[in-house]
Amino acid sequence: MSTLPLLKVNDVSKFYGSRIGCRNVSFELYPGEVLAIVGESGSGKTTLLSCLSTRLMPTSGIVEYHMRDGQYRDLARMGEAERRFLMRTDWGFVHQNPAEGLRMTVSAGANVGERLMAVGDRHYGNIRATASDWLERVEIGVDRIDDQPRAFSGGMRQRLQIARNLVTSPRLVFMDEPTGGLDVSVQARLLDLVRGLVHDLGLAAIIVTHDLAVARLLSHRMMVMKDGAVIEQGLTDRVLDDPREPYTQLLVSSILQV
Amino acid sequence: MATPLVVSEVAKSFTMHLRDGVRRPVVANVSFSVKAGECVVLGGPSGVGKSSILKMLYGNYGVDEGQILMDHDGKLVNLATAEPRTVLEVRRTTLGYVSQFLRVVPRVSALDIVAEPLQARGTPLEEARAHAAELLSKLNLPRELWSLPPATFSGGEQQRVNIARGFITDHKILLLDEPTASLDAKNRAVVVEMIAEKKAKGTALIGIFHDEEVRDAVADRILDVSLFSPRKAAA
Repeated sequence: MSTLPLLKVNDVSKFYGSRIGCRNVSFELYPGEVLAIVGESGSGKTTLLSCLSTRLMPTSGIVEYHMRDGQYRDLARMGEAERRFLMRTDWGFVHQNPAEGLRMTVSAGANVGERLMAVGDRHYGNIRATASDWLERVEIGVDRIDDQPRAFSGGMRQRLQIARNLVTSPRLVFMDEPTGGLDVSVQARLLDLVRGLVHDLGLAAIIVTHDLAVARLLSHRMMVMKDGAVIEQGLTDRVLDDPREPYTQLLVSSILQV
Repeated sequence: MATPLVVSEVAKSFTMHLRDGVRRPVVANVSFSVKAGECVVLGGPSGVGKSSILKMLYGNYGVDEGQILMDHDGKLVNLATAEPRTVLEVRRTTLGYVSQFLRVVPRVSALDIVAEPLQARGTPLEEARAHAAELLSKLNLPRELWSLPPATFSGGEQQRVNIARGFITDHKILLLDEPTASLDAKNRAVVVEMIAEKKAKGTALIGIFHDEEVRDAVADRILDVSLFSPRKAAA
């Protein structure tokens, strides 16, 4: 286990005018660590995720990333081109709605291959071979490589989005409700897949979810948000088995037993 | 002889905010240590806090006061205050746990569930699976079940998968929460034998066993948890 954090988040706040998006969030994320951010809608989870992934600029605070060259870089001070390159290569972002993360009118193979081209791969045969390898890993039949995601089911689209994100061997993946809107059976398959990939590739991931079962299955650590602030955090098992804060106790006790 | 686990003046209570903030003390002033090769059994009536102590030792429950010191790769770690990533690292290499119930992961076979802790420590998949198969056959789990996810298994079958998963690594400290509760006599005897092997190898074991026969067979020492009852401590 590496001893240097991949991401250092220091006192990040985001205000929308006078409204609070998130406030005073600080934490560190280490390589291979999976962090779940939970809380109800409007608690600031997605705002925080957007601030971390540079999709939004924080109002105050610093987010630093450990680059492959060993330097820490303040994400807010990076140039636009450099930031985009980081997002296309070293990072992944899995959206709740696959249509936001995929190009719906190009083939599945091209969706995966596009990110490879972004890191400089130019050999068509290699790109296609890697793409079909990845389709297989996310359990999409290789015979569907030339089909557009428009023709895929919701679960398949989500798996394709994951393949597209992971093909460049990113070190950090952001996921926003990756299983939201999927059938329970499809969810189980996707969760198992994500769990396996995170484990095999040693990925660090930040997963926003309101589903505590998803957090239990995938994450090592958990942060609970309410009204824009982190009210409790710790080892996922500990937060779920021994919640301390009133709101966390309410969340945990509200889970329906099957 | 080495003492891989020392628990010192640990206290724990629950504050139930949804019940007007009622504070329910669980245990106080818990102090004991476990030597390598020793099996300490937590005794006392239900509700006295035996499982809570195991959960604190594993990091599933927070600790209000006191220290839980473990020898982790030659370094002393206080699990009561350790960072989540340290707790996970300790669990991966030093601290094992056989819970009462198996937490089933959809679509993962019994064999792979058992092999996983070894694999997480860097053993190649095939070797880990071979070892898992050895343990599952020792515990008499029918071979046709090995490739199936345990969701549909009986209680006793799930428990044997859980035991095999807990015993597969050579963790120095092993926590056992009623591992024999839903087993028949033949498999109980297998588990007793497996515990004896762990002791011989120098593992420190802490367990809860309601079955007296098993308890007498494995325990070097019975620790009466009612001594740690908070009311007694306050008196």
